[in-house]
Amino acid sequence: MDSMTIIAVASIAIAGFATGFGTLGPALAEGRAVAIALTSLAQQPDASATITRTLFVGLAMIESTAIYCFVVSMILLFANPFWNHAIAQAAGK
Amino acid sequence: MRLSPDAMIFWQYGFLRLNATIVFTWGLMLVLAIVSKLITRRLSMELERSRWQNLLEIVVTAIEKQIEEVGLSQPRKYLGFLGTLFLFVALSALCTVFPGYQPPTGSLSTTAALALCVFVAVPLFGIAEQGVGGYLHSYTKPTFIMLPFNIISELSRTLALAVRLFGNMMSGVMIIGILLSITPFVFPIVMTILGLLTGMVQAYIFFILAAVYIAAATQVRKPEPEPEAELNS
Repeated sequence: MDSMTIIAVASIAIAGFATGFGTLGPALAEGRAVAIALTSLAQQPDASATITRTLFVGLAMIESTAIYCFVVSMILLFANPFWNHAIAQAAGK
Repeated sequence: MRLSPDAMIFWQYGFLRLNATIVFTWGLMLVLAIVSKLITRRLSMELERSRWQNLLEIVVTAIEKQIEEVGLSQPRKYLGFLGTLFLFVALSALCTVFPGYQPPTGSLSTTAALALCVFVAVPLFGIAEQGVGGYLHSYTKPTFIMLPFNIISELSRTLALAVRLFGNMMSGVMIIGILLSITPFVFPIVMTILGLLTGMVQAYIFFILAAVYIAAATQVRKPEPEPEAELNS
């Protein structure tokens, strides 16, 4: 295998792994957060405004870790710097 | 496939480049400014008022109430900055219903600029509220050891603000683009509707996080309530 094939294979595989495993943790965490928020909403409906706002902010914080993984895999797939470097090397030869 | 509207170039002359991000940003700014100007030209204090004025009043009072609930007791002072952030991000997400439009918040440059605005505005509001010394002293709370961590958190939350908004908007556009090539008719519409929802949620989150940061920076240490007075009364 030449270097470009290795770069392509590694990028595609790692992009899949990054999104797959990167969304695993946030998914569990968000499910837990929503479940607990629903429990407290059922117990205290009066505090629904505060609970909902805090839940949204917390969900955004949790979700951003998944978004980081997604952005990294998108960069690997569509704007790969190593791939561009290899192309430039091959063109310069 | 394009990763961001930066790559869509309308006009180029030398190093001057007019890409879709700039065009749509200025378009949104014009829409927001002109519509607000047109509506506020004829404001009435009477019972009878135009439906547009009602719409604007609903938006402004809702934003004001949200700012107040975060803990900023004088929402009018921050309404201009925070309200503009919310309206811009929300409108840029809502306009995705128009074909051919690309949300400018799907470009990292736009979201980085918005996050930098928050990064600059937080110390300014903090200094305006509690003075230079008081604000700088808040970095050494609770102890002096926390000083580097407070500075790191200041930087990392700016990065998080920018990348979160960028990732959400970009993923919406990207998923619709991928689905268009697989199942052209039904699913892109469903994902567009979902994109409208996530866009509004992201606008709300961006706005509420900026408000929370400003609230944390402007918190003035209030005198402790005295328990004796409570008992006597």
